[in-house]
Amino acid sequence: MDTVFKKPHALTDTTMHYCPGCTHGIAHRLIAEVIDELGIEGKTVGVSPVGCAYNNYIYFNCDMVQAAHGRAPAVATGIKRVHPDNFVFTYQGDGDLAAIGTAEIVHAATRGEKITVIFINNAIYGMTSGQMAPTTLIGQVTTTSPFGRKPELHGYPVKVCELLSTLEGAVYVERVSLHDVKNIKNAKSAIKKAFKVQAAGLGFSIVEVLSSCPTNWGINPVGALEWIKDKMIPVYPLGNFKGKDLEV
Amino acid sequence: MGEKLLMKGNEVIAEAALRAGCRHYFGYPITPQTEIAHYMAKKMNELGGTFVQAESEVAAINMVYGAASAGARVLTSSSSPGISLKQEGLSYIAGAELPAVVVNIVRCGPGLGGILPAQCDYFQAVKGGGHGDYKMVVLAPSSVQELYELTVEAFNIADRYRIVSMIMGDGILGQMMEVVEFKDNENIEKVEKNWATTGTQMKREHNTITSIYIEPEILEKHNQKLQAKFALIAEKETRVESYNCEDADIIVTAFGTVARIVKNVIKMAQKEGIKVGLIRPITLWPFPVKEFEKYADVPKAFLSVELNAGQMVEDVKLAVNGKRPVHFYGRMGGMIPTQKEILDKIKEILNK
Repeated sequence: MDTVFKKPHALTDTTMHYCPGCTHGIAHRLIAEVIDELGIEGKTVGVSPVGCAYNNYIYFNCDMVQAAHGRAPAVATGIKRVHPDNFVFTYQGDGDLAAIGTAEIVHAATRGEKITVIFINNAIYGMTSGQMAPTTLIGQVTTTSPFGRKPELHGYPVKVCELLSTLEGAVYVERVSLHDVKNIKNAKSAIKKAFKVQAAGLGFSIVEVLSSCPTNWGINPVGALEWIKDKMIPVYPLGNFKGKDLEV
Repeated sequence: MGEKLLMKGNEVIAEAALRAGCRHYFGYPITPQTEIAHYMAKKMNELGGTFVQAESEVAAINMVYGAASAGARVLTSSSSPGISLKQEGLSYIAGAELPAVVVNIVRCGPGLGGILPAQCDYFQAVKGGGHGDYKMVVLAPSSVQELYELTVEAFNIADRYRIVSMIMGDGILGQMMEVVEFKDNENIEKVEKNWATTGTQMKREHNTITSIYIEPEILEKHNQKLQAKFALIAEKETRVESYNCEDADIIVTAFGTVARIVKNVIKMAQKEGIKVGLIRPITLWPFPVKEFEKYADVPKAFLSVELNAGQMVEDVKLAVNGKRPVHFYGRMGGMIPTQKEILDKIKEILNK
């Protein structure tokens, strides 16, 4: 019988710990498929964040480095500068990247570090049980905004792609979503292009991935995907912010 | 005989690191150590190495974490407030067992304090300024020549044990110019780094650098392994200089530049018939406990002289273990004790 579908080589056989309906697993698979298709597993080093994906080093077959909260872009800078021919990617959530690690992500992009950032935006802190994130939507109830996020109290959602696309060092910036098959395919194309931009040595690349967190949103898995489409995308419009026309 | 040059302490640190094979430097400007960055910015360009002026000390130490993960000999340098910011990274580097060299050209605190010389970061360096049970090898040079030799050695020690070596100097040492004689051939220990995240090249299992172990049994074992390593380092790497201790009336202990002032005090005291010995810890951790034990019964008393409110004196007391009184004399805020001040303190103690 022909094999029509299999696990990417870049993923280990370890069963993932993510909650039912969480899209982290899809994001991992997309990265692994891209690594396989580009044939770069042996030259790739990933950087794990602090958050739900803190131990995703057990899921990838490439070399992995676990970083302190928010510091992944700085750690990736160190790794890449030692072996410029290797592929270095970070995998970071919204608390990690857009709160505690704001300086590190902005300046890695400013320097045009030749790394690829996969930014998982699910509008909430997952690991620590549902606190307000910088990307939490206005009105969204979390354990630390129990009456909903209010601009006068909590400010507004951070739009990372819009912010980083103003920096010359950030050459490829795209926002994608994992709420349906069409968008998952687009997400994979964007991740692949981001790695190709790195291969070409053009500069910093980031793919923001709108993701679900049924557990902490308190919505069932199907409803969570609808919530991405209906609530998140109007605030975080999908598409390319920079580098659409790069030939790589 | 090697090349002899008149050089500034901070520049010697940078030159020594380059001679030790360091080709990656990450830092953030802060007085009084910034000449290290200036030197590296020029030389790394010539040598094809990496110089990154990071956005903060926090970022710089995490770049060190990344470069060390990738198997490089890597250096960062800063001064007290910046070293405080690096504590998070140092704890992670210790937990992940990465080799790195960190320079602290100490200035006076607390807070922004001042930019003048001090030794007020002793506790932070030797007791673990970051979270968790860990140690760094802390080397305290007292001359520009020793800055050179200990910086090279710091890289060897770091690689040998997968640990952070810290060079702890002060603004005097960093800023002063002295003659330094470089060796023609450095002793660079080659250590196989088969744990490094260099890319599997599809030839081995993937390597992971991490400091997180969620299972308590595994984390306790990890800690026990770290403690065993620290015990081995204490056994093998303790360095100390002793001078005139055999028949001393009083043994003064001091590290770094203060020890040089004390050496002059010894000569002044001799003229007045007072025998003063000196124990100069070269490694602040591991602390040369055995040297203090060896001479604990000799003098009438010990005196620790420091540029702080009394920090190393606590380790001296532990080492002397009640056998003799241990006194303290310190200056703070960038003030430096004169030889006469120290001699007066010695006389005051001996006349009691």
